[in-house]
Amino acid sequence: MAKIHVSTTINGEPTEFLCDAGDSMLDALRDTLGLTGSKEGCGTGDCGACSVTLDGRLVCSCLMLAAEADGHKVETIEGMASDHLHPLQQKFLESAALQCGICTPGMLIAAKSLLERNPDPTETEVRFWLAGNLCRCTGYDKIVRAVMETAADMREAAR
Amino acid sequence: MSDIRYLAPHTLDDAIAQYAAADGAARILAGGTDLLVQMRSGVLKPSTIVDVKKVPELMAVEETADGGFRIGAAVSGAALEEHAKFGKVWPGVLEGLNLIGSTQVQGRASMGGNLCNGSPAGDSVPALVAAGVVATIKGPNGTREMKVEDVPAGPGKTNLKPGEILVSFTFPARPKGSSDAYLRMIPRTEMDIAVVGVGVSLTLDAGTCTAARVGLGAVAPTVLLVADAAKALIGSKLDDAAIEAAAAACSAACNPIDDKRGTIEYRTKVAGVLLKRATAIAAERAGRA
Ligand SMILES: Cc1cc2nc3c(=O)[nH]c(=O)nc-3n(C[C@H](O)[C@H](O)[C@H](O)COP(=O)(O)OP(=O)(O)OC[C@H]3O[C@@H](n4cnc5c(N)ncnc54)[C@H](O)[C@@H]3O)c2cc1C
Ligand code: FES
Ligand code: FES
Repeated sequence: MAKIHVSTTINGEPTEFLCDAGDSMLDALRDTLGLTGSKEGCGTGDCGACSVTLDGRLVCSCLMLAAEADGHKVETIEGMASDHLHPLQQKFLESAALQCGICTPGMLIAAKSLLERNPDPTETEVRFWLAGNLCRCTGYDKIVRAVMETAADMREAAR
Repeated sequence: MSDIRYLAPHTLDDAIAQYAAADGAARILAGGTDLLVQMRSGVLKPSTIVDVKKVPELMAVEETADGGFRIGAAVSGAALEEHAKFGKVWPGVLEGLNLIGSTQVQGRASMGGNLCNGSPAGDSVPALVAAGVVATIKGPNGTREMKVEDVPAGPGKTNLKPGEILVSFTFPARPKGSSDAYLRMIPRTEMDIAVVGVGVSLTLDAGTCTAARVGLGAVAPTVLLVADAAKALIGSKLDDAAIEAAAAACSAACNPIDDKRGTIEYRTKVAGVLLKRATAIAAERAGRA
């Protein structure tokens, strides 16, 4: 069957690619576009390692068809740092909020999406927002603390 | 998965024509949080996927002329949560929908997908049943309306005919003193499948319950409307005797499976417990509405 031609915007860059109808967005990002920051932990929506935003909304790229990106905007972990790291990335490094790093791109994308909506989340709100991001290394505490501290730093910087 | 066709029509008529023209192995795609998992595990091998998220009728959130709401079948939980008014009028429906999966899943999961997937444990369905919501369905032979409780036909099955698409859900106008609530029991605190789910919608007038509906999930092959539970509540002041009778009616309606998440005895008992708790929450909200 003929390939589908997709015109989309990825991390602000107009991007075109070809895919099969059954390909997931995660397949297209990793295998076609070489954006391997998004990880496949499960492929079934459970782990959040493949998290991206679609028109600003947090989704699992493994549960989205690549063809659905046509005409929409996708943001991945590759777009998070500018010429310097995003405050969340910097804080994750400083506070050892990662070990193997497989969950980290998804955690960062999800946390960024939370802080854009809620700059002053409670710990409970952070834990619920990140409930779909599984980490088998850190025990979550350092991640949650890093998100809370980044939120405080970003509020301070915005004053 | 390379021999699949992907179609993303922009109008309802095109969606219906394309879905009807494809053979029986065509599937509607809303949020894909059930469909893509089933395709990946090999349970489903659709020949054609009709993505309905570009069809305006399936993505609209509107207030109707009589003061109710019409919600497109493919509207995501996250989008509905952001609506200024819906969650104030139907907090129980929204809490059921928002219990589905994680933030990521919420970004995509729809009430139409939850209902059409046909799981007896679908978390938005008991509250939709309790709310007295009507589903509008359109197919090659025209439009028809069906009560939400009549849509599921059994696990994984619906009463939609070949080629029919669920377009929207119509919520009735709410009299003053009305509210609703949904509670589910899961073994974990997040990201799990309901062992029992109860939706209660009621209206209070000077402390007397003048209208009530109860939806019960995960304890039978389909989500149930429990008319006897509603009957026990209506006309009462929601005193202990009325609530005990409604709880007993919920337990009596159960015809559950026995599995590792809950035995028959446990599910039957919890159905009554959740009815009591959900009624208390709905009544407290109705007192403020
Ligand atoms: C990690 C994870 C956690 C989950 N947790 C929960 C949970 O806690 N509770 C729960 O209830 N569910 C849960 N689910 C299941 C799923 O997210 C829900 O059932 C969701 O509401 C499905 O909606 P959707 O829009 O993604 O449906 P889709 O996957 O797009 O569709 C589901 C089915 O319905 C059909 N369909 C969809 N829309 C229509 C329509 N308009 N007309 C006709 N047919 C249609 C599709 O063809 C498909 O067969 C979970 C899923 C995942 C991946
Ligand atoms: S790979 Fe997408 S949620 Fe796990
Ligand atoms: S750091 Fe290893 S999974 Fe989170």
